[in-house]
Amino acid sequence: MKTFVLVVNRLAWFVPTLLGLLAIVFFISHVIPADPAAFVAGENATPETVAAIRARLGLDQPLYVQFWRYILSILDGDMGRSIYTGRPVVEDLLSRLPATLELTLVTVLVSIAVGVPLGVVAALRRNSWLDHGLRVVTIAGLAIASFWFAILLQLLFSMRLGWTPLGGRVEGWGPEQITGFYLIDALILQDHEILLDALQHMILPVVTLAVPATATIVRFTRAGMLNALQSNYVLYETAMGYPRRLVIWKYVLRNALIGTVTQIGLIFGILLAGAVVVEAVFDWPGLGTFAVNSILSSDYNAVMGFTVIVGTMFIVVNLVVDILHGMIDPREVR
Amino acid sequence: MRRILRKLAEDRAALFGLVLIGLLVLAAILAPWLSTHPGDVTEFHTAQRLTAPGAENWLGTDRMGSDIYSRLLYGARITITIAVTAIAVAVAIGVPIGLVAGYYQGIGSELLMRVSDIFLAVPQIVLAIAIAQTLGPSIENVILALSATYWPFWARLVYAETRSCKNEPFVEAAIALGCSPWRVMVLHILPSISSSIIVRTTIGMGGTILTAATLGFLGLGPPPPTPEWGRTIAEAREFLPMAWWYAAFPGLAIFLVVMGFNLLGDGLRDVLDPRLRRAARHDK
Amino acid sequence: MTSDLITVRGLKVSFASDAGIARVLDGVDLTIRRGEIMGLVGESGCGKTTLARAILGILPANAARIEAGQIRFEEHDILDLDEASLATQLRGRQIAYIPQDPFTAFNPVFTIGTQIDDLMRFKSPLLREGRLSARERRRADRLRVLEMLRLVQLPDPEGVLRKYPHEVSGGQRQRLMIAMALLPQPKLVIADEPTTALDVTVQAQILTVLKRLARDRGVAVLFTTHDLGTAYEICDRITVMYAGQEVEEAPVADFFARPSHPYTRKLLDSLPSSENGIRGITGEIPRLVDPPPGCRFHPRCERATEECRTTRPPTHAVAVAHDVRCHHPLQDSA
Ligand SMILES: Nc1ncnc2c1ncn2[C@@H]1O[C@H](COP(=O)(O)OP(=O)(O)O)[C@@H](O)[C@H]1O
Ligand code: SF4
Ligand SMILES: [Mg+2]
Repeated sequence: MKTFVLVVNRLAWFVPTLLGLLAIVFFISHVIPADPAAFVAGENATPETVAAIRARLGLDQPLYVQFWRYILSILDGDMGRSIYTGRPVVEDLLSRLPATLELTLVTVLVSIAVGVPLGVVAALRRNSWLDHGLRVVTIAGLAIASFWFAILLQLLFSMRLGWTPLGGRVEGWGPEQITGFYLIDALILQDHEILLDALQHMILPVVTLAVPATATIVRFTRAGMLNALQSNYVLYETAMGYPRRLVIWKYVLRNALIGTVTQIGLIFGILLAGAVVVEAVFDWPGLGTFAVNSILSSDYNAVMGFTVIVGTMFIVVNLVVDILHGMIDPREVR
Repeated sequence: MRRILRKLAEDRAALFGLVLIGLLVLAAILAPWLSTHPGDVTEFHTAQRLTAPGAENWLGTDRMGSDIYSRLLYGARITITIAVTAIAVAVAIGVPIGLVAGYYQGIGSELLMRVSDIFLAVPQIVLAIAIAQTLGPSIENVILALSATYWPFWARLVYAETRSCKNEPFVEAAIALGCSPWRVMVLHILPSISSSIIVRTTIGMGGTILTAATLGFLGLGPPPPTPEWGRTIAEAREFLPMAWWYAAFPGLAIFLVVMGFNLLGDGLRDVLDPRLRRAARHDK
Repeated sequence: MTSDLITVRGLKVSFASDAGIARVLDGVDLTIRRGEIMGLVGESGCGKTTLARAILGILPANAARIEAGQIRFEEHDILDLDEASLATQLRGRQIAYIPQDPFTAFNPVFTIGTQIDDLMRFKSPLLREGRLSARERRRADRLRVLEMLRLVQLPDPEGVLRKYPHEVSGGQRQRLMIAMALLPQPKLVIADEPTTALDVTVQAQILTVLKRLARDRGVAVLFTTHDLGTAYEICDRITVMYAGQEVEEAPVADFFARPSHPYTRKLLDSLPSSENGIRGITGEIPRLVDPPPGCRFHPRCERATEECRTTRPPTHAVAVAHDVRCHHPLQDSA
């Protein structure tokens, strides 16, 4: 019952947020430009094409009519055609979604696996050289431009040392598409060669993306742990002689991690943003590479479609994280 | 203020951050004098293209044969211009919105905050890409794109602080004394929440510089031959693995500057945020 | 076996603070006998909690320092014990703790049942006997827990165990704290202002429960309070503390009949005029960073002489078991 109320509540906020996102994108694409049709038509379009597009998009109508039509078309899955591929933008985007999702999900898992223990240790050894070191390292991790880091890694490990592939998801063709997640598909097909190959292709992009994500997780876990360690309940548990191990690894950690869960949404945002350039550097055939190609070829519909899709994904992730948080934190009553 | 400066002086990491920021500012101001080839922002020497770092070109040359060191110094000017202006605009939009929405609570405030929530619900870089793509590549447009996506951070922060501040005795006293809302907001609330704004702004500088560099890398920044750091890295990709210096040094410059703001912001937060202040210890 | 359960001798504790080193406890003596309820009374900030925490060995490690003194608990020298034996042997077994604030002393993200189960897993008196198998012991402990919850007059003991702390009222939480303190069958319970955070109506009930259960089981209690009225209700003996020095100790009847220390006298005189205990005495509590030398009360004492300003008075017995630390104690009865 509690969960149901929570879900309904969050969903009620989801709809206006989504509308807000569409309003922002609409404003950017229909209100800011002097002639939106020219953008959509691309650089080499003839005046006739532009005029045709203007009529088709109803750009001569009042703005609120345009906005209404815009929402309807998006709900209909219509984001226009890409001038670059000639296919509907939605199709292009959806076909690239699994690659990006696989990359970001693996990165999130890696970041949690590395970041949580480091954050715990930093908090337990507060003010030790390890804690100070981690502070500087995490700040540095958040200061690195990921496109630059990606290029350096590629330069060193792929070009100079030849240890990792230059880019892409696999050598040659991927596994037969089942889920679109190569790791999972390779596992289902029991194709160990492709699995290994996919993993090798993944190392550098994941490392690049994991640096800022891990730094964020370390910092939040540390702060959460310290907060909990200084709480009254830890004082009480200590006073009653609960074993230190139990206090830290059960009582404190659970409290700290509940805070960290809320950060996963934020981290997902960092990753999606980072994926744009990291994918482009490693030629990873996901949304990011698509976006960069679209930017370079002034493929306007594609860029706006990308914005809507990534924005929506981000909102959905936050919705899920919120609901998850509400479920694991018993204090949440809404 | 004295106490804050003293505490900050004890934080070696924060001091180092301050030094890095100082270097950036110096580099930007003194670019014409510090650079070895001041003309190379616009001049090409195709005969010396892609020379490795050496006595003549300390950090090597780029595809046009221009001196990378000199171009980096001029690039610092662009970075500072973009970051400072974009943040100033974002603060100028966000702070008043947060103040007013936090002070008057009503449907209007609720709406303002919802709007900023929606902005915050989308990764900044994604919105910035969409805006920059629409406006076209130029410094002004990068600044516009950044301030349009970053202002909600300050609106949210100031809103929350104003709300909790409004119930403080000194604010209630000011209201009771008949000060105008405007006066209360600017003379009473704003000064007392300024430290949070400063911390947020310092950290925001780092993030803004990174986003600006990313826009540059994507070709959405100021067009060539502007020596913008992010775009320089994009140019350099073609010449890897040979001309490693071409990609390495601009990225290092970005890293050091962002690191500077992050270190300083982190140190400032420790000093200014009483909730996080490190407790006194016997061994100090 | 002597009748003294715990003796504190010459305990000096200092705290590092922004203003400098605060001499929070300045040579405190205290004796608690087996099975007696000792009231530790003093204004807020006089060092009651610090003394309680020193006995439990849970002073904040970085900020607090024990400068001198001895704490003997039966055959143990608490200040000489290492943290591990303190945690396993004494805390929660021989010495239990009831915190001031039951609202924050429970871990918010675990059920009350989990927290009590963990307590029993490590502190159950049945562990000492060692006859039962783990399974039998758990079953027996379960029954003992439910029995104890009934004894502290909690409605629906089974239901409470399944609840999270925030789902239970403050008064009920404090009953739970009392139950948890008594379940391990300790010899001493340290109750640090256990009713201060509660509604006045609930306070009396909690006190009654605590007093009755402690009496029935022959458990000694160190009961700190800033409220003389509360101390009168529940205590066998009372020790008054002023600015980190204990100044008078007497059986409760004698204490109220013949207060001999000028500070105690003022306290009692001020009683009817003040609602919440100790207020309404002229002068200010001294700063502990730079405290007055000698008797710390001398700046506010009408009887102060040169001697008072230089040397701390030794202990005088003014009657049987009635000690006072004053150079010029009051002789007449009130
Ligand atoms: N962690 C701490 N750091 C610095 N000073 C402290 C700390 N804890 C307590 N003190 C100081 O010790 C004195 C006694 O505090 P406390 O023992 O809590 O008094 P009481 O329980 O009688 O109210 C107070 O002056 C308080 O400011
Ligand atoms: S020792 Fe002196 S100053 Fe202290 S209470 Fe007694 S008479 Fe007063
Ligand atoms: Mg206290």
